[in-house]
Amino acid sequence: MAVYMSASHSENAFNTHDFVPEWAHEEVSTGTTILAVEFDGGVVIGADSRTTTGSYIANRVTDKLTPIHDHIFCCRSGSAADTQAVADAVTYQLGFHSIELDEPPLVQTAANLFKQMCYRYREELMAGIIVAGWDKRRGGQVYTVPMGGMIVRQPVSVGGSGSSYIYGFMDSNYKPGMTKEECLHFCTQALALAMERDGSSGGVARLAAITEEGLERLVVLGNQLPKFSNA
Amino acid sequence: MALSNVLEIPTSGFNFENVARNVALEGLLEGGHTKTPKPMKTGTTIAGLVCKEGVVLGADTRATSGEVVADKMCAKIHYISPNIYCCGAGTAADTEKTTDLLSSNLTIFSMDSGRNPRVVMAVNILQDMLFRYRGQIGASLILGGVDCNGNHLYTVGPYGSIDNVPYLAMGSGDLAALGILEDRFKPNMEMEEAKELVRDAIHSGIMSDLGSGNNIDICVITKQGVDYIRPYQESEYKDKRQKRYKYGPGTTSILTEKIIPLELEVVQETVQRMDTA
Repeated sequence: MAVYMSASHSENAFNTHDFVPEWAHEEVSTGTTILAVEFDGGVVIGADSRTTTGSYIANRVTDKLTPIHDHIFCCRSGSAADTQAVADAVTYQLGFHSIELDEPPLVQTAANLFKQMCYRYREELMAGIIVAGWDKRRGGQVYTVPMGGMIVRQPVSVGGSGSSYIYGFMDSNYKPGMTKEECLHFCTQALALAMERDGSSGGVARLAAITEEGLERLVVLGNQLPKFSNA
Repeated sequence: MALSNVLEIPTSGFNFENVARNVALEGLLEGGHTKTPKPMKTGTTIAGLVCKEGVVLGADTRATSGEVVADKMCAKIHYISPNIYCCGAGTAADTEKTTDLLSSNLTIFSMDSGRNPRVVMAVNILQDMLFRYRGQIGASLILGGVDCNGNHLYTVGPYGSIDNVPYLAMGSGDLAALGILEDRFKPNMEMEEAKELVRDAIHSGIMSDLGSGNNIDICVITKQGVDYIRPYQESEYKDKRQKRYKYGPGTTSILTEKIIPLELEVVQETVQRMDTA
């Protein structure tokens, strides 16, 4: 599914010599773990907090859960610059659309806006995005828009470089009909497992629960994450 | 965009006119066995942190061109607006021009709207421009400023990604500087302590990185105003000139002297009164 390629595909304009550090020619990427889960009444989304430039951690407290609208969020993975730019563009388009409609936008609309941009510019962009939120028509929804610009709705979705390590956990531990607390617990455990195994994921675990009432954000610090081994 | 701009921003696609020219030039020069000049880079240590009363930015002053120090007293902390300053690492020309362009655009904005620009505005304009150029503009910037919403510190990468954090270091000496910052940073520090911490961070970059050196500049931005201390600390390794290199009159003997007076006639004289009331 969402496979993250570590080599930077952008050309660099400078000849690399001793004085040029990695960050000057490596693109900043959110090599990452992101996930989202639907439950009856809303969604729970989660992400790690590491942004890397090559092997240097440019930001260890990144917030990859970006609000697109009051009840719609997106989880960003891939190139930091690309995802920030796409998220900004979609935020504008969705805000405009919502004003025209004079009602809150649908999650499906937000996801399709992402898909249109990611598909049209698929050769130039490196962005894997999970769109999740709540709307009045269909309740909590999770749509995944991986690299290439596909869109599919899933009850639970993981993405980023760390996702490879938690497909098994996701498949065996996700049960339909979980409550919000169970979803939060599931997400925390999944993030902890991925952050433990994936070098490009780490820092703190950021979670958010989106329901009709609004938004609830949580941060689980590194030393408070569940431990799965005594190593 | 409801913003008047100094230069017209192209509406579609990317403008890479000069890339083809550069490639052709390189081909010509290599054929003639001449080296293309290496761009002057600020192999650098820059740092910033948010403290209780404002933002403190720091930078070293060495600019390198290959392995030679091109400028020993380079100014890496650029003025953006009365309440926003920007440290630049990467290609010297790119950081200089990008910050100049940003400063011009924000000045126009200030005149139009009658208010000081906010730091987020500067950050968004930079991000927009750098993303459009897809990393071809080698500028890694630390923007710090104080506005009506508080004290802010942002970093903008060459590809157009931004991060908003309480303390930062960039440049080739960033790892050394970040070690000092990670160890001693506390939220809401006092001003003097903050200045010392930034000085120590830059100093560590200078000691541990070949691309950084010479003096340390500090810029303190608060609600009351800006204190741009250049240099905050001079390098203890400044060399003293061995001799005076001035040549007094009489060093070169004059063999012949010929004076040709130029005869100018006044053709027309106009007087324009200025209204100085």
